[in-house]
Amino acid sequence: MIGVDEVSLSYDGVGVLREVTLNLPKGGVTAIIGPNGAGKSTLLSIIGRILRADGGSVTLDGMDLATAPGPVVARRLAVLRQDNHTTARLTVRDLVGFGRYPHSRGRLTTEDGAQIDRALAYLGLSDLANRFLDQLSGGQRQRAHIAMILAQDTDYILLDEPLNNLDIRHAVAIMALIRRAAGELGKTIAVVMHDINMAAAGCDRIVVMKEGQVTAHGTPAEIMTGPLLSAVYETPIEVVALHDRLLALY
Amino acid sequence: MADAVASTGEARAMRPALALALLACAAVAACAAFMTVGARGDWSFILPFRGTKLAGLVLVAVAIGTATVVFQTITNNRILTPSIMGFDALYILLQTALVFSLGATQTTALDARTMFLAETAMLLVFGGLLYHWLFGATARSLHLLLLVGIVFGVFFRAISGLLQRIMDPGEFLVLQDRMFASFNTVNHELLLLAALIVGAVCLGFWRLHQVFDVLALGREAAIGLGVAHARMVALALVLVTVLVAVSTALVGPISFFGLLVANLAYLLFPTARHAVLLPASALIGVIALVGGQTVLERVLSYDTALSVVIEFIGGIAFILLVVRGGAR
Repeated sequence: MIGVDEVSLSYDGVGVLREVTLNLPKGGVTAIIGPNGAGKSTLLSIIGRILRADGGSVTLDGMDLATAPGPVVARRLAVLRQDNHTTARLTVRDLVGFGRYPHSRGRLTTEDGAQIDRALAYLGLSDLANRFLDQLSGGQRQRAHIAMILAQDTDYILLDEPLNNLDIRHAVAIMALIRRAAGELGKTIAVVMHDINMAAAGCDRIVVMKEGQVTAHGTPAEIMTGPLLSAVYETPIEVVALHDRLLALY
Repeated sequence: MADAVASTGEARAMRPALALALLACAAVAACAAFMTVGARGDWSFILPFRGTKLAGLVLVAVAIGTATVVFQTITNNRILTPSIMGFDALYILLQTALVFSLGATQTTALDARTMFLAETAMLLVFGGLLYHWLFGATARSLHLLLLVGIVFGVFFRAISGLLQRIMDPGEFLVLQDRMFASFNTVNHELLLLAALIVGAVCLGFWRLHQVFDVLALGREAAIGLGVAHARMVALALVLVTVLVAVSTALVGPISFFGLLVANLAYLLFPTARHAVLLPASALIGVIALVGGQTVLERVLSYDTALSVVIEFIGGIAFILLVVRGGAR
């Protein structure tokens, strides 16, 4: 379980996160949604140790992430950020290989090789393994980064807007993959996303954030109501049921 | 070599090793040529005379080559170098301030090694502050970084210039001796200490090469992979600063040499592995410096022109990189 306890962060006196308390149970996919500036990515960054909170604590199965050794955490929690720019010239396989760093410290064993191959195959990248990252399309590059996260072989995975800049086909494919990873591999995955309908269809739980606070947390059926969404996005939103799915119309 | 974009895993492992071996041969050849070309007269004079110079050149090449690659890795930027960020200008300022406040006789009386260590310590403090401020909290734009570096460089040089103008002409001569990049007047007293330091730092770099590979992915990815980013970057920066101090103490400031050498290494070796990039950049540095000095000094019989040539070519490379970086 990821336990977020009264985490606060402010920049120049402006609260970005205000005493956020949130428990993400083990297993399943949780979507974190909310308007721009709600603090979704900030919260994910704090859980991922990229940002340091002003106050509060984050625990992973009871282990305090602020004090736990980096490599220990990295073997249990993987983070994929929004922008993944690297100046280094890497092949897809090199990049995915970095996922093994917390386990092997750069000396890849045959076991690491097998993990890398598995992650590549899982994302359908086996044929592109020796391509350089700058020779790939945006969707392929995103898949390569997710493969690296999978190769890290952690129980918990945090993804910050992995569907950004992807067309419908690739977004649906990545979402299906996230579902599969949670189902087949038993991962606990938290995803920041903007597409409410995608979140409702693909996730087990939805966390709604607004103005630095968690305003709602529940199953898609509990969250997908017109009044709740309208209030959060300050826009009239209607929710309809269609083919067993809840769809937000706006 | 440049298009060694290998298609199989085996070739990927082989080719850099082969290319590195070739570079090593070229570097050894350059050193041999430096020692022998145009040698007339007594070998018992020539060997120690040229040997000291050669040792100095090799140390500088290795120090600048590896320091630049590591600096560019931790800053995630292939245009910045320690020199462009004003590190060696500060070293000159420290030298000037010392001669100015103590006087030339006092300064000359000081042990060169003690002085060197003290100046390196001061440089470390500055490097730490600058880095903390520039790269600490939030990522700043490349152009701001460049601008700040250049402004710092000019600032340090201007203060040095002011002190030099108002100091005693006799003392200025002593200082001048230490200031200009000259590969002919390698500082002998520091050679052994410098060799020990460069050796130790290179050993440190080698033990950290896999950490550098991860740091090259950027801060967030490195933290995600469990690398203690802040601590590792601080350690790398200390090592880089020590190398810059060694090189500046030996031959004086050479701004664009590191940029040239590091980017040649990236060009020849399309890899992100520091196990390859670090030795490659050191070897290219040796070839450029020792080979260049041999050609200019022995074949063309110029005296101190190498630093000028390197700065000229390096400056052009710098402008090209900035223009290309801006276009991207």
